Amino acid sequence: MRWAWACMSSRGRVLAVRWLGRRGYEQVYLLQKELVEARIRQEIPDTLILVEHFPVFTLGRGARDEQFRVPVRQIEALGLKIIPVDRGGQVTYHGPGQLVGYPIFDLTRHRQDLHWTLWALEEILIRFLKDFGIAGERRKDYPGVWVGEKKIAAIGIGVRRWVTYHGFALNINSDLNYFRLIYPCGIRDQGVTSLAEILGERVEITGDLLEKVVFYTGEVFQLEGEILSDEPRISGVAQEKIHKQSSCR
Amino acid sequence: MDVALPFLAEGVDEATVSYWKVDEGDRVEEGDDLVEMFTSKAVFSVPSPGSGIVEEILVREGEVVKVGQTLCILKED
Repeated sequence: MRWAWACMSSRGRVLAVRWLGRRGYEQVYLLQKELVEARIRQEIPDTLILVEHFPVFTLGRGARDEQFRVPVRQIEALGLKIIPVDRGGQVTYHGPGQLVGYPIFDLTRHRQDLHWTLWALEEILIRFLKDFGIAGERRKDYPGVWVGEKKIAAIGIGVRRWVTYHGFALNINSDLNYFRLIYPCGIRDQGVTSLAEILGERVEITGDLLEKVVFYTGEVFQLEGEILSDEPRISGVAQEKIHKQSSCR
Repeated sequence: MDVALPFLAEGVDEATVSYWKVDEGDRVEEGDDLVEMFTSKAVFSVPSPGSGIVEEILVREGEVVKVGQTLCILKED
């Protein structure tokens, strides 16, 4: 899948979308941090990173004991990393077949309200699912999007000077077996599902699917979005700065 | 001056201290991150409202803080 550079609207507020394909978690984490700084300095417009990750577990700041159903050693033996990160929420899994969205948005131009932002991210995914005839729902006290008793998308954000990072992870055709190793978001009794499981057919992360997500992001945040093909460029200076901080803080 | 926990979201009246990015006695510039905090749903950093010396840190890691509560005292230049 290739995307051409697209010109952005001169009217209205711009949303730049960067589809990165499949990338490692840490590399994209560094990119997020760099874009947050650039957004704070008003050097870039609101930006949505869309990406698939290689398999990895991340722990939010709300993570307590008993995040894993199996000993951590066993997870590491599978070659899977467990990375503590500065977002809300608890443990989650990222991997191929899951569409991850990182909004780098300046909330001073939207609403300076963290929970409204989480509501808005859920709203994007609920409208997206409706296109497939699926009723996505919210649960009080559990951020994310649910279909019946199962969770289809995880949500957790961080914000620095009212610029957001982290975001949503929507299971399209994720290998759901990985979720059996954890208590996703600390919830013990409920399972995790994917678009493919609900529809009973294979679903690929195609351009059409990405465009739907971009469309609804624009609708909810009142932005005009265009998908850009863009290699993440991380400057040496920023990388050095970030590496001085400990693990993905 | 007192540095207090700012408004976060409708219906959110408290947050937990994740970790301090500065120590007592450190010099900070306006806008520097002082402390990372989290709610059940989000993580954020509290920036310094002015430039000066961090005189006293009043809340510790893991402590739950109410909106408006003082986090630290900043001795401005």
